[in-house]
Amino acid sequence: MAQRAQPISKVLGHAVSLGVLGLIVATGVAVALRAEDGARIGAGDWAAIRFTVLQAGLSALLSVALAIPAARALARRQFPLKSLVITLLGAPFLLPVLVAAMGLIAVFGRTGLLSAVLSAFGLPPLQIYGFHGVVLAHVFFNLPLATRIILQGWLYIPAERFRLAQSLGFGPSDIARHVERPMLITVVPGALMVIFLICTTSFAVALVLGGGPKATTIELAIYQAFRFDFDLAKAALLGAIQVGICIVAVVLTRSFPVSDGMGAGLDRRLDIRPPRGWVFTTQDAGILTIVILFLLTPLAMIVLSGLQGIATLPPQVWWAALRSVGVALGSVVVTFALVLPLSFALSARSRLAELATSVPIALSPLVLGLGLFIMLNPYVDPRAVALPVTALVNALMSLPFVARILTPPVRALRSDYGRLSASLGITGLTWARLVAWPRLRAPLGFSAGLAAALSMGDLGVVVLFADGDSATLPLMLYRLLAAYRVDQAAGAALLLLALCLLLFWAFDRGGRANAAL
Amino acid sequence: MKTLSLIAAGVLATSTSVVAETPVLTIYTYDSFVSDWGPGPAVEAAFEETCGCDLQFVGAGDGASLLARVRLEGDRTDADVVLGLDTNQTVMAAETGLFAPAGTDLSGLNLPIAWQDETFVPFDWGYFAFVHNTDMDNAPTSFEQLIALPDDVKIVIQDPRSSTPGLGLLLWVQAAYGERAPQIWEGLAPHILTVTKGWSEAYGLFLEGEADMVLSYTTSPAYHLIAEEDASKTAAEFTEGHYMQIEVAGKVASTDVPDLADQFLAFMVSDAFQSIIPTTNWMYPVSVPESGLPAGFETLITPETALLIDPQMAQGARNMALEIWLSALSQ
Amino acid sequence: MLHFDKAEFDNGGFRLSADWQVPAGTKLALIGPSGAGKSTLLAGLAGFVPCIQGAVRCDGVDLAGLAPGTRPLTMLFQDHNLFPHLTVAQNVGLGLAPNLHLDAAQHAAVNKVLGRVGLEALGDRKPSALSGGQASRVALARALLRARPLLLLDEPFAALGPGLKAEMLDLVSELLQGTETTLIMVTHDPRDAQKLADQTVFVDQAVAQLPQETGAFFANPSDALARYIGA
Repeated sequence: MAQRAQPISKVLGHAVSLGVLGLIVATGVAVALRAEDGARIGAGDWAAIRFTVLQAGLSALLSVALAIPAARALARRQFPLKSLVITLLGAPFLLPVLVAAMGLIAVFGRTGLLSAVLSAFGLPPLQIYGFHGVVLAHVFFNLPLATRIILQGWLYIPAERFRLAQSLGFGPSDIARHVERPMLITVVPGALMVIFLICTTSFAVALVLGGGPKATTIELAIYQAFRFDFDLAKAALLGAIQVGICIVAVVLTRSFPVSDGMGAGLDRRLDIRPPRGWVFTTQDAGILTIVILFLLTPLAMIVLSGLQGIATLPPQVWWAALRSVGVALGSVVVTFALVLPLSFALSARSRLAELATSVPIALSPLVLGLGLFIMLNPYVDPRAVALPVTALVNALMSLPFVARILTPPVRALRSDYGRLSASLGITGLTWARLVAWPRLRAPLGFSAGLAAALSMGDLGVVVLFADGDSATLPLMLYRLLAAYRVDQAAGAALLLLALCLLLFWAFDRGGRANAAL
Repeated sequence: MKTLSLIAAGVLATSTSVVAETPVLTIYTYDSFVSDWGPGPAVEAAFEETCGCDLQFVGAGDGASLLARVRLEGDRTDADVVLGLDTNQTVMAAETGLFAPAGTDLSGLNLPIAWQDETFVPFDWGYFAFVHNTDMDNAPTSFEQLIALPDDVKIVIQDPRSSTPGLGLLLWVQAAYGERAPQIWEGLAPHILTVTKGWSEAYGLFLEGEADMVLSYTTSPAYHLIAEEDASKTAAEFTEGHYMQIEVAGKVASTDVPDLADQFLAFMVSDAFQSIIPTTNWMYPVSVPESGLPAGFETLITPETALLIDPQMAQGARNMALEIWLSALSQ
Repeated sequence: MLHFDKAEFDNGGFRLSADWQVPAGTKLALIGPSGAGKSTLLAGLAGFVPCIQGAVRCDGVDLAGLAPGTRPLTMLFQDHNLFPHLTVAQNVGLGLAPNLHLDAAQHAAVNKVLGRVGLEALGDRKPSALSGGQASRVALARALLRARPLLLLDEPFAALGPGLKAEMLDLVSELLQGTETTLIMVTHDPRDAQKLADQTVFVDQAVAQLPQETGAFFANPSDALARYIGA
């Protein structure tokens, strides 16, 4: 494989890249062609673009600003249950937005936990709805990702560098300046960009917590253009603007988030001596406590409020859950079919593959779903392909993350063992069985878990394609809400949360079990 | 190989024969109608008893995306009937030319207003209203009273661009206040906790206790009373009158089973269908069944004045009202 | 005077003991099989691995409780001796002030020491623009500037190739001439020890044995040493 098959893998990777990019462009064009009038971008749309960029930028800055001290504390401190804490801290990123919003409101809402505490001191309740509510929710979702990317940066600092720093008598500020800051300079732009991009496609968060039409994101404007005005030209144009912002951001930062920041093994013990003195201890303990409380309390609230309802869930909801698991597994298969060739091309630094694995972050799921619908409708019954299409779209959406997890190990596999494998004549399936699988199974398991969990919670395009009988669990949750069944909806939310985490855990665990490292 | 083709032939034969024997009636509707807790399952069972057909509901998002979905599919649509549009959309829907006049006998309707549309057939209706807990001590009886309350009295409303009740409130203010609508919205703005995408999110926030009142229907308290035996919810009666929502269905012009579609629309205004509506869709039937309304509905408020903008004017009113709303709430 | 007083170091479960002393200015080589504990001895001395029994004293001062940076020693690692984002001069300047706030005299000292290792023209370069030998010289220059009583070499020149390695060892020897610096170097190559060290310690099976005069050590090898050097 290593020598002879490299060109093949690159060709395949380029083919997949072109396929992915082609599909994205085709759906946009399909929507635009179906439009009846030319698009007009009004003042409201410009406001939406401004709001989107502003909230995404602020969300990215705050997430990273919090993540830096949190990652530093995690890197240099040892404490009981550290690896469990690191795993749980990843959970918000996997959460379905609607479920997370319920949890956030239970903590930060007017009648939430914090307001209850405040009112005990005679203070007015918190006001979460508005611009800051949107940013708060985005920080909640993305702080885990930022922390993981930056923690990875700490782990990549050679141990000798910390020893050198110690033997030269560096104090904490010298370490910050000579060891940590240079690492952060390489890691932070990528983290900022990936979070910025994730936040540009935000939709449901702004809808619940935004507080009004001021908090209109581009994705929301697309949604309204389609449903309220049936203005497909505008929907397509706004979708293109969204992708355009992504490309500009990529060009501006000139770096891709190449870190395998979601990678496993973050609980590895580091040869870093924590600085002595109560100031630093308090600082680290403080930031970790804040982050853990901020991320885990909403999860706890979802669990608490759902416990009662989950016992009374009707069988249809369990069937929907099963269907969602099926979609998630299908999504994993599609993801791997796309991502394996892509990560081999990425490891050979293919620009095309880079584009194909970054544009989907900023892709409008609605435009994608709409385009697929327009393209497929003349030939097949949309209802018949609802679940496969959902699996495909979810796979596209998780592609950027999964590709970035797999590329570094694939690159290492090629550079470290490529020549050895070639000289020993290990090729083809033997290569896959003896070399690739043992070396890659841990990151493969991790990325499968991520793809499955992200797919599980996503409502995405399913609405356009769904029919009454193939409802997924998130759709079922909406139906319960629409039928006044708030307690059962809370139960369904807990079920969704549990399944997301369970799928993730099972894949990740399966990949790491007996993994030869 | 031989066995395989035999099986294939068998499957083909059975499926064609099924198609030949039972005609299929495809109805596009909003998602909560087809859900297990909506009217869909009972309606399907009741109609299939008499029609000798296979009724298939397709859930196409919510009320607002329903029309978009049909427009997207155009003449190629599989739909024979579209159920779940409302009077704010009927003119726009008729303009697409996708719908055919129904010719259903509507003599038995007892709506608060006279029904004149010839294309669309109404199947249920309700009044928009602000729902609150009965223990709310300063419940307002008009928009102006609501505005005069302290700013910490909060309401949750829905975005008119994505939600039927949201649009209903826009037209409600417009119908009740006309030129004074901008002032009303500026007065309401500090009371608006948040604007949600759909009814469900807003109602959920209200039940969580996040807001004092939520924009919903006068019939919402009936759900809590009948399904949960909880009498703690009520709707505030406003002296300006309440805006109506009338939900309709229409026959798709390109249907391949026009007779079946007509049969369904006639069934829709009959007792069998109408008696399902109150406790599944939690709306008023357009024709009160012989058995009357379910016990509990008598406790609901009955607004003196029913407001409804003429469907012919709705499109224009909608765009103007949206401009007013956007500028009042974007400050 | 460097004194291992019944000292035992714990490197993640692996324990190494040493019980001997050498006078200041000694040039000492550590030789022995892989995994026998040579690097553990250096890491223990430098403060990266705890001393769990006995004591290590330098000129009478117990090193326990001293942070690595305040111990009277400089250590050159196998790799990563320079910060890639700092210039050569800055990397050397760290030896005087970790915050790099240097006054004019200190700048002059940096330049002077760069001159002594033959790199006066390269002060503005980044490490990535240096050859392996040049990078080693920068690390040496910093060690020289710190002028600590002990210099520990954990095979910093191993990757340089035989000719360059010999050249670097000559440089070390030349630079230490006339100072009271105690040198402790890990090596795999008896020739290195013979060239530079007046005493040699054989580290085998978790024990750093008593130092012996280098010439005698190699002239009458013990059985274990004979097996190790293949003589």
